[in-house]
Amino acid sequence: MIIGSPKEIFKGENRVAMTPESAKQLQKLGYKCILETNAGINANFSDKDYKDAGVKIVKNAAQLWKQSDIILKVRGPEKTELTRVRVNQHIISFIWPGQNKPLLENLKKKKVTVQAMDMIPRISRAQKMDALSSMANIAGYRAIIEAGNQFGRFFTGQITAAGKVPPAKILVIGAGVAGLAAIGTAQSMGAIVRAFDVRPEVAEQIESMGAEFLMLDFKSDGTGDGGYAKPASKEFIKKEMELFRQQAPEIDIVITTALIPGMPAPKLWPKEMVDLMKPGSVVVDLAAEQGGNCDVTKPDKMVETKNKVRVIGYTDLPSRMATQSSNLYSTNIRHMIDDLTPEKNGVPITNMEDDVIRGATVLHNGKITFPPPKPKITAIAKHTNKETKQKTVEEITKDKIDAEKKAGKLQVILLVIGALITWFIGIYAPADFMQHFIVFILSCFVGYQVIWNVSHSLHTPLMAITNAISSIIIIGALLQMKTDNDIVSILALVSIFIATINIVGGFMVTKRMLAMFQRS
Amino acid sequence: MTIGILTASYITSSVLFILALGGLSNQEKAKRAVWYGIVGMVIAVVATIFGNQVFLTKWLHWLIGAIVIGSFIGAIVAKKVQMTGMPQLVAALHSFVGLAAVFIGINSAMLPHIEMSSSQLTIHNVEVFVGVFIGAITFTGSIVAFGKLSEIITGKALILPGRHALNLAMLFGCLFLGYMFLNHEGNWTLIIMTIIAFVIGAHLVLAIGGADMPVVVSMLNSYSGWAAAATGFMLGNDLLIVTGALVGSSGAILSYIMCKAMNRNFLSVILGGWGDTSGPAMDIEGEMKPIDIESVASALNEANKIIIVPGYGMAVAQAQSAVSELTSRLRTKKKEVRFGIHPVAGRLPGHMNVLLAEAKVPYDIVLEMDEINSDFPETDVVMILGANDIVNPAAQEDPNSPIAGMPVLEVWKAKQVFISKRGQGKGYSGIENPLFFKENSRMVYGDAKKSLDTILQNISR
Repeated sequence: MIIGSPKEIFKGENRVAMTPESAKQLQKLGYKCILETNAGINANFSDKDYKDAGVKIVKNAAQLWKQSDIILKVRGPEKTELTRVRVNQHIISFIWPGQNKPLLENLKKKKVTVQAMDMIPRISRAQKMDALSSMANIAGYRAIIEAGNQFGRFFTGQITAAGKVPPAKILVIGAGVAGLAAIGTAQSMGAIVRAFDVRPEVAEQIESMGAEFLMLDFKSDGTGDGGYAKPASKEFIKKEMELFRQQAPEIDIVITTALIPGMPAPKLWPKEMVDLMKPGSVVVDLAAEQGGNCDVTKPDKMVETKNKVRVIGYTDLPSRMATQSSNLYSTNIRHMIDDLTPEKNGVPITNMEDDVIRGATVLHNGKITFPPPKPKITAIAKHTNKETKQKTVEEITKDKIDAEKKAGKLQVILLVIGALITWFIGIYAPADFMQHFIVFILSCFVGYQVIWNVSHSLHTPLMAITNAISSIIIIGALLQMKTDNDIVSILALVSIFIATINIVGGFMVTKRMLAMFQRS
Repeated sequence: MTIGILTASYITSSVLFILALGGLSNQEKAKRAVWYGIVGMVIAVVATIFGNQVFLTKWLHWLIGAIVIGSFIGAIVAKKVQMTGMPQLVAALHSFVGLAAVFIGINSAMLPHIEMSSSQLTIHNVEVFVGVFIGAITFTGSIVAFGKLSEIITGKALILPGRHALNLAMLFGCLFLGYMFLNHEGNWTLIIMTIIAFVIGAHLVLAIGGADMPVVVSMLNSYSGWAAAATGFMLGNDLLIVTGALVGSSGAILSYIMCKAMNRNFLSVILGGWGDTSGPAMDIEGEMKPIDIESVASALNEANKIIIVPGYGMAVAQAQSAVSELTSRLRTKKKEVRFGIHPVAGRLPGHMNVLLAEAKVPYDIVLEMDEINSDFPETDVVMILGANDIVNPAAQEDPNSPIAGMPVLEVWKAKQVFISKRGQGKGYSGIENPLFFKENSRMVYGDAKKSLDTILQNISR
């Protein structure tokens, strides 16, 4: 079948759904790839790059839509594109079916099959196709870059001959993929980063990125289905606002990334907070498209308030890094098609039994299949209330001392038992036996001390050499040779024979092994 | 030769043997230590032959023949054996010590006892009996272990119904025969006991699964030592007692280390079968993601810190020289390549070290589990070659897992993990491994050696 990718016609959209690299991989799955001319030019992929990767270039969009069995896009089909959709075509792109009911209805008329890249369930198996995450990652990074562009100071603290520069303080609200990417970027540029999230289990992820997690003294779990947050209670919001009110005068840059699926973005950074901020501070609102986390935000615009705080509401952050985002997005799509084509024969199968494909499919042969049933698995394992606290240092040392005391007691008991047994044997056994017995016990102790020092890596040679040494038993057989009893002599001979094999074999193999150990 | 010189020779031999074992504390000393052992053995044998005028035996020609041919066979075996076949060889050699102990014990019972008080005779008979018993168990146990290791016998544990009762019954049978033997019922009791002990030895090892073989081999190593010590008591020979005790405690410590590395109770290993698991295993989420070899090669080319974790699968595939070549090529590119060895990797304690040494991997980059475990988070790529249970995160994450609490190599903390594996099946112990389903894991299916050879083609010199 033929996979085609048209040039995005949405204004300001620079991304492309197919890159030369992904086209190569798609061809391995048995597909033919075509592309509208100059579709990749804004993401710095020339038609020549595509041709080199085996992609056929088509003159215009109409031709492309006509020839393609499968259409790969970034944005959902626009009005002009809808007229070009063929009956039974297969479309893979962002759709946002929850917000775009009319689009779904229009597509339904064409009896198409549509996979929405924004509907991929968030389970670990599907991470490789999770386009929302890869775009959020870019958005988070770019948010810091945009903020830095507007912010009048260094991020990192410096002491120079011309004076001291304090480090920038950055607050990231919402530690999803975008939030974490923003934390990582800001951290690596030297800023002091703090982060807040309603889901307590992300504290560890925040700290792993090097930021400080702002704890809210409130018992509530804001984790909803599929790893997203759910709306918080009134008391919770009150506490949250108190915390932000404390932070706002200190913070130089705020990045807000809070989204609740299927709802307008929560207003976490109201006008009141913006007014509290210092002049020159920056707010980047990544939720601008969904109404914004900040009251002041205007989508796609940067506004400056009276107290000189700049609020950025760009909604095209991934598109501003078109090469990177096209690369990631096309790889996500390629993985999606990989799963759709289990036979690798160039024919996609929409298997509605598969959790991931089921979730992403919003139209199947003209039937609306949105919303999908809830995924069976939660993204992050439910937080089982861990009451077992981390042990303090004192407790650990106390445990150690206790264990040592216990071991000491055990040793004493064993010694007493050992002494009693020896004493008991001593009562009955004759004197010469006791002499041998002393030798035996002492040898066991010597062996114990010596063997613990043997290097782990030499355990095989150790076994070989002990094996050779234990054939000292040959002495017993030798002593029995001087007898008139023929049976005894023969048995002793056999013993000597096999013991010799053992001695020579054991020593030689040990030598051979040890010779192999070489230092680099 | 006087008794004094004989004893002096024995003392010298004992000291040399202790030095030989102590010398194994590091690789360079060890090369000298073997010579201590050899010299000690020669002194002991020569002193015995001349001190007791053994050469006066009418079987002298046979004696010389036995020693010459025995030496010859030993030398050939030592030269020919493959390093992957080391476990089998060690097991086979153990059986020899066991058999020799049996013969010497029976001989000792048949020879006339001169000038012994009744209590001395009783003690002597106990010594004979115990020596033969341990020797017999060592003999058949080692033979079965040899069979299992060389895959003549199936590696699966043979679990007879009521096997513990069976073992106990046989043990009591032996005790009763021992009682009769001490009451001078005749040497036939000794012979029957020997046969029963043969059965016990075989049955014990048959009931132990293939994955527990390192413990079994070191346990048999220990038994062979105790058999020698018992023979020493029987003959009143201190050199035998010292040597036997050294070997016995050496094997016992090895078994202990192995058990600890598997978080198993020694008794439950020896009596066979895994411990009971409590509750169902944790559900594993995700999928095994295969990867093509070119991607592995490019990941290795880009990585700076690499750790290779070999397991028994590497030995089976004979992949160690390919591993060595890969290591040297990566090292010439200024990458840090190290090996992480779990104490129970392979079928013999230290098995992996010997294989890698044979393939000329420098020993100072081959590290123990405890030395390397903390380095995984900073590692770019971990390559796992035919290892499974020793890298199973279930040991730490799933309290219901049969291997819960076993120390494992924490490979999943690395940035990227490649697992070379023959197929999608489970490991030797039959436990599902969640590592294969982790987000940073990629499976490389196929024979380890073939995979490595293909990787080598993609990594320039």
